[in-house]
Amino acid sequence: MLWWSGCPSWGSARELVWSEMRALGLDPDGLELRELTTDAGAEAERFVGSPTIRVDGRDVQDPGAEPVALTCRVYRLRDGRISALPDPADVRDALRAALERRDRGDTTEARQEAG
Amino acid sequence: MSGGDGIDIGDRAPALELPDTEGATVTLPAPGEAPATVVVWTCNHCPYALGWHDRLTAAAREYAERGVRFLAVNSNDADRYPADSPAAMAERYDAAEWRMPYLHDASQEVARAYGARTTPDLFVLDSDLRLRYRGAPDADHQDPSENAAWLRAALDAVLAGEDPKPATTESVGCSIKWRAAPEG
Repeated sequence: MLWWSGCPSWGSARELVWSEMRALGLDPDGLELRELTTDAGAEAERFVGSPTIRVDGRDVQDPGAEPVALTCRVYRLRDGRISALPDPADVRDALRAALERRDRGDTTEARQEAG
Repeated sequence: MSGGDGIDIGDRAPALELPDTEGATVTLPAPGEAPATVVVWTCNHCPYALGWHDRLTAAAREYAERGVRFLAVNSNDADRYPADSPAAMAERYDAAEWRMPYLHDASQEVARAYGARTTPDLFVLDSDLRLRYRGAPDADHQDPSENAAWLRAALDAVLAGEDPKPATTESVGCSIKWRAAPEG
């Protein structure tokens, strides 16, 4: 999980991911937290806002054409509401998809496209 | 970078003079009297500001009937965050109902004078422009049923000549994007 201190939702996001990992029988210690503090760091990670949650390199919600920036990320919940956090179901589905890929023996991490 | 110390409950709000999305100057104090004024820091690209926006607009519409004035202020550094440029502000303002002028604080001096820190960050002023409530609109940016309850309670108290209780809540939102200090 990539996060930036200027947005207060990162702690709740961490709890959300931990909760969904536990629900699927995964060890929450598998969550890697990485703080971004500079524009250069944001650019290197193609970071479009905090929190950004990637499972095996895949974003839990398609960032679309959002610009790279040290900012808070705008999420849409599945019922259409705007939120500072992703929908828990999106996190759950991303974790499940990663588990299914691993079950198939596909351990390739998604690469973030630059530019 | 961070904001200034700002104002406390009971302090008179600093005067402001800022352009709206059409370039017209909006001032505080303003001509005429208002029994209460709400100054809210907001911006174009913050999930908290966006999540609470419709509730603030609804409150502005309903309390306008009682003479309450709302002002929205965007103080973010538009050079680093183009989504908060005056052009982007005007585009967003024209696309939806706001019920309040949307002001651009390019120098960030007004934000520093008030001590605004987040988007949103609400300042409820009485008829003498003294700060009576500072904080969040309600308890949850994700839950429309909260209906800006804390803001409405503060306004109801001020309009009744009473002290809002509580007078402060924690302002929750994205940090204001301050300009970097000049080097040297």
